[in-house]
Amino acid sequence: MLPRPTSHSKALGPGVAGPELAVATSAVLDRPPQPGAHLPLSGAAPCAVDPSSLNDPRQHTKYPYVTGTSVLAVKYKDGVLLGCDTLGAYGSTKRYKSTQRLYRVNDKCVVAAGGEISDFQHISNLLDELTTDDYRIDDGIQLTPQQVYSYLCRVMYNRRNKMDPLWNSLVVGGVQPDGSQFLGMVGMIGTHYTDSHVTTGFANQLARPLFRERQRDDMSEEEALNLLYDAMRVCYYRDKVSINKFQVAKVTTAGGVSISEPFALDMRWDYKMFSNPTKWAVGAW
Amino acid sequence: MHSSRGASHAEAPPSTGTTIVACTYKGGVVLGADGRVSIGNYIMNRASNKIAPLAEYIFLCRSGSAPDTQVISDNVKHYLDQISAESGEEPSVEMAANLVKLINYNNKDHLVGAMLIAGWDRHGGGQVYGAPIGGTLVKEKWAIDGSGSTYIWGYCDNEYRDDMTREEAEKWVAEAIALAMTRDSSSGGSIRLITLDGTGAHHKYIRGDEVQQFVGDLPFPAAPPASLPLQGGAAGSMVVG
Repeated sequence: MLPRPTSHSKALGPGVAGPELAVATSAVLDRPPQPGAHLPLSGAAPCAVDPSSLNDPRQHTKYPYVTGTSVLAVKYKDGVLLGCDTLGAYGSTKRYKSTQRLYRVNDKCVVAAGGEISDFQHISNLLDELTTDDYRIDDGIQLTPQQVYSYLCRVMYNRRNKMDPLWNSLVVGGVQPDGSQFLGMVGMIGTHYTDSHVTTGFANQLARPLFRERQRDDMSEEEALNLLYDAMRVCYYRDKVSINKFQVAKVTTAGGVSISEPFALDMRWDYKMFSNPTKWAVGAW
Repeated sequence: MHSSRGASHAEAPPSTGTTIVACTYKGGVVLGADGRVSIGNYIMNRASNKIAPLAEYIFLCRSGSAPDTQVISDNVKHYLDQISAESGEEPSVEMAANLVKLINYNNKDHLVGAMLIAGWDRHGGGQVYGAPIGGTLVKEKWAIDGSGSTYIWGYCDNEYRDDMTREEAEKWVAEAIALAMTRDSSSGGSIRLITLDGTGAHHKYIRGDEVQQFVGDLPFPAAPPASLPLQGGAAGSMVVG
């Protein structure tokens, strides 16, 4: 159960407590490390008991506990906009009302997530490790959104193959070095695609029709924001696990990444039919 | 992608997730309900009316399966109509409550309806009865039910007083429902109140954007932000104030 340093081995993938390279050196071959309950060889999370030392070799798909709902994202003239609410729900309980589901990778890329918050925090840690490597190498090159997207595809698909998924729907948005906008989605089983507008969760049903009708790659920021607001309003009206408290991340070539303070949207409750729905139809609700 | 592995929209029956509250006060009763009807995670109706009239001064708050409670309400209303036509007298709240219980109890295996019956009659004044799933009937000073009720037992136990005035009782009911709505996803939307005191049935409607908000919520603005309110220092922190 002692914490083992987990490497970010490019050969073995993240979170593996093994040698940095897949090929063992002579020192390792002379005295190969033996696994024990407190000193697992591979697949180790720090402070985790080696699963093979428990007498249960089965893997179980996990269940989500604290979850985030929809993510909405659109390309526009200057870059991309990503929006989501700040709710971390515990089943049906609106438990945490200030969770930020947008993660700034670097000044050209943002990742947003729906699904299990703890898994998103883990993914944010992995991305942080990559960004820190970039910083240490100090060659002026940083991860592009396309690269972050490809990396996350592999992480999600690999976990899916181990029957131990990271229970998230991820949206990767940003601007590429050539100035073009990037927007992609990666699901919990590794399904992925890129498009001009991308949604997860309920927004697939509710926001996508609005985006299909109104989104254009060359739309102005004001148009894009209003489209996002209209879509976020519908998600609040019709998704029961949501709150009227949103954050929007903006990524532009000129301005880098900015993530807004949480804000509320105006909602329409002034319909006359709402105040007395049973007036013309007794028994209706 | 959905967080719940349970029923998808196609499979889930419509349910009034709901918070319903009723209480007696000095002079009558106040009934209250939220307005949300959901199928799975989809909000089918965000401003529904869950308080059904059974007689002129007797009302029913509905929670549980939406169609089950509708049918029970329609049937009891019909029976009360017949009874008062035969007897020439206004039906009593106790009679209405017992009819609801009979239907719940005799169809115990099939119905999922948790209801509150509250009303005012000349003999007993304001009365509240709880009729949970299964067919129990309990006369109480105040009653709550629905999925959101779990969040407000503490509030209700702590804040209820015998002999409140009408204003105090209405405030107690509205605040209880607002507190439930802020934490229960299955409750939300608008709040409806009905006060019965022998002079009539007084309806009050609190719009969704006028409902009391609490710490962690933001007030409903009149218009969307003119420009994005930017954070200072956009590093990836998880919790924001």
